[in-house]
Amino acid sequence: MLTFKTQKNTVKNRTKKFSQPLLIASLLTLGLAACGDNDNKTPVITEEEVVVTVPDVTVVPVMEYGYSVTVTNLTYAQPLSPVALTLHGDAKMWEVGQKASIALENLAEGGDNLAFLALTSNIATISSEGAVPPGASVTLDITTTDAMATYFTVATMLVNTNDAFSGLTGVDISTLAIDQEKSWNLNVYDAGTELNNEAAGTIPGPADGGVGFDAARNDIDLVGYHSGIVSKDDGLSSSVLTQAHRFDNPAVKLTITRTK
Amino acid sequence: MKVFKQSPIKSTLSVLALALASSTTMAQELSVTVTNLTQGLHFTPVITAAHTSDSNIFMAGEIASAELQAMAEGGDISGLSSVLTNADADVNENPAAGLLAPAMSASFTLMTDAANTHLSVAAMVLPSNDGFAGLDSWEIPTEAGTYTVFLNAYDAGTEANDEVRGGGAPGVAGMPVPPPLEDLIGMNGTGITDMESNTKVHIHRGSLGDSDLEAGTSDINNSVQRWLNPVAKLTITVQ
Repeated sequence: MLTFKTQKNTVKNRTKKFSQPLLIASLLTLGLAACGDNDNKTPVITEEEVVVTVPDVTVVPVMEYGYSVTVTNLTYAQPLSPVALTLHGDAKMWEVGQKASIALENLAEGGDNLAFLALTSNIATISSEGAVPPGASVTLDITTTDAMATYFTVATMLVNTNDAFSGLTGVDISTLAIDQEKSWNLNVYDAGTELNNEAAGTIPGPADGGVGFDAARNDIDLVGYHSGIVSKDDGLSSSVLTQAHRFDNPAVKLTITRTK
Repeated sequence: MKVFKQSPIKSTLSVLALALASSTTMAQELSVTVTNLTQGLHFTPVITAAHTSDSNIFMAGEIASAELQAMAEGGDISGLSSVLTNADADVNENPAAGLLAPAMSASFTLMTDAANTHLSVAAMVLPSNDGFAGLDSWEIPTEAGTYTVFLNAYDAGTEANDEVRGGGAPGVAGMPVPPPLEDLIGMNGTGITDMESNTKVHIHRGSLGDSDLEAGTSDINNSVQRWLNPVAKLTITVQ
């Protein structure tokens, strides 16, 4: 912190004080430009002296913010696609009642988060290296020096579905203190971009090995909460899914801890 | 019911609000948004009320009142509205001006009297026999801020969940079929069950449905009109 004040008729220590290059701009503003850094002669000060307090470190280090995010798959048989974690400004990447972006559609239908991570609103991004099996957890560490990156988003597909995903978007973490953590139990969304017909060839996960992203939108085309898997064991004879692929809310546990 | 305090507001405002709220006996202004989280259910006209701590429009584990039954079986909130108004509650009715469609939201402002410290909400879910999204006596925070409350689907316990077309009047079997539902649900279902062995209000077990819109046991479409809880979200800003 740089503070200064003016005092009349005192001349103590002025040479030392004036030796700080940092002060030149301040001095110029006070009209004392005649006093050079290495000038050992008494500066021309007739009535006022500038007393300046400067920090010991004159170069302010760049502030770095770090967060550790752990995602736990709470389902029985729904692997989670590679988990996308992003830091950004005040924005939501999806909202109930709104159309899904193409990037979200890619993630929710095919488990492909490349476009989602590339959204221009993102400031910092990271993805887990692979899928997160049922019962498993993954921890992602993310850092940024951008003071505007005070919101975070996590998104991942439940891969044995047509277009189900879970996550949390646009959550303000600006008040999170270092070592403070917050947790959520996350529900499952439906991107609304693909009918939940559970049909062979439409599900990218291991239960089917079918097509992921399809640009055609044949469902409600509004993001909402998922109604769950029906399965061929519970009345949807055309389904490739079994009772084992059903899930309930919550499907994911998420914990964020600020690390720096 | 899960309740989150979503975003703590600026500390200066908090301090101010706490100072103002030092007595809980004060009127409040609430900005409320109700969101239908589902992609396959319509909500009948929503009723929201701030009332005293000893009032309830329903309680899990208790027999439904006749007024709750009328709402849950047919979407008629006039009875609940009368009861609440007579109890000096602050009531908002039908903010969506009709059915609240899947994934849609409706917003309104509710001015609450000092004594009305608790909030309740109800709306029938369609298609169902007597299912409703409900919130029973959520204590309204006195601290200014924005709060999120998730609502589950309850079963009024007053009608068998046969899941076939029928009527919405209390005691009439089957599901009411207002215009938008006419084209969305099936027909000729033979009926899932004619029993309602739990006659108290309880968490709805969900619809079964089937994948045959022309026949089968149910007129509910099993890949669209089932649900998982929660089914609705309230976003409440306390001024």
